[in-house]
Amino acid sequence: MGKMFAAVTLGIAIPFLAMASTYEVNIKDHRFDPTTLTIPAGERVKLMVNNLDPTVEEFEGENFDVEKIIPGKSKAAVFVGPLEPGEYEFIGEFHRDTAKGKLIVE
Amino acid sequence: MLGTAVIVFREVLEAALIVSILMAATAGVRSRNVWVGTGVLLGLGAAFGVALFAGEIAGAFQGVGQELFNATVLLTAVTMLAWHNIWMSQHSKKIVAHLKEVGAQISGGSLPLGYLTITAGLAVMREGSEVVLFMYGVAAGDSSPVEMLSGGLLGAAGGVAVGSLLYLGLVRIPVKWLFRVTGWIILLLAAGLAASAAGYLSQAGLLPSQAPLWNTGDILSEKSVIGQLLHILIGYQARPTAIQVAFYLATMALIGAGMKWIGREPGRRLQQVS
Ligand SMILES: [Cu+2]
Repeated sequence: MGKMFAAVTLGIAIPFLAMASTYEVNIKDHRFDPTTLTIPAGERVKLMVNNLDPTVEEFEGENFDVEKIIPGKSKAAVFVGPLEPGEYEFIGEFHRDTAKGKLIVE
Repeated sequence: MLGTAVIVFREVLEAALIVSILMAATAGVRSRNVWVGTGVLLGLGAAFGVALFAGEIAGAFQGVGQELFNATVLLTAVTMLAWHNIWMSQHSKKIVAHLKEVGAQISGGSLPLGYLTITAGLAVMREGSEVVLFMYGVAAGDSSPVEMLSGGLLGAAGGVAVGSLLYLGLVRIPVKWLFRVTGWIILLLAAGLAASAAGYLSQAGLLPSQAPLWNTGDILSEKSVIGQLLHILIGYQARPTAIQVAFYLATMALIGAGMKWIGREPGRRLQQVS
């Protein structure tokens, strides 16, 4: 049943996921690198968040709705958008003093 | 330390609110303490399990395993809450009648109390796993263990305290009104959870992604204390999409219809008896 669920899930998920272009962002010493990403407006994009720290982080949009736990020393895909042109802030919820970043949508 | 306390407080409060509402909604049902308590304990155990396998969960299904996991947990909780509300709409009159007799408590009757365990367990597991992961992270990081522990305890105590205050506030309401009030709260809570689940399904790519219908983030941020409370209690979202609003309304309509449909007949029968 697990396999069937996986097949069905992926079958539905892939069409949506395949279209997204990918951007990479690292977390190192509780900071994002780069701190600013420029992405296209009106499009769903994929952010590969690579947490290089040994500690867990939660990738969270301040004024857009994304929330995802990224365990230490691991990568996770975060899907964002479609967003209107403008500036959007994201933070590392667990280190909000240092982990700050910005999406520039244009 | 304060940072740790705030994060732990937020997570614990989310779970505590759900547990409080469950406790208030089943006032007078014997052995509910045991069922809810078991759920909380199982949830705590499961939280450590989820935290341990967080990496594997996140990596599953092409990296969207975490979203699918969250959506599944939320939708299961919605089902359990729907079940509760529909059952209570049939039996609350009976419970109220018994509660009026001094010292008389009825047993759960045919209420399958296992749903209390599952709902409480799921809430504690979801929020608890975040706390465990976070605390583990802090421990592996730079903070001193004393600061971390005191911050964590402070946060957990605060979350439980606010949850208990809500519970005490709810049980102060005369029993006749209690079930009506908690019924409404659970209805809104379930609708909000369903909308959150829809959000995770969109994030995972299982539902189409949409631009939000409106944005009230400037008026009331979801991150503010009031926004946070309203988010948990009635599913307030500053930027909901059409799909999320549809999930919200459909859940309310389905549970509401179930309550009406089930609740009608026994009520009439009871009135005839008394
Ligand atoms: Cu949470």
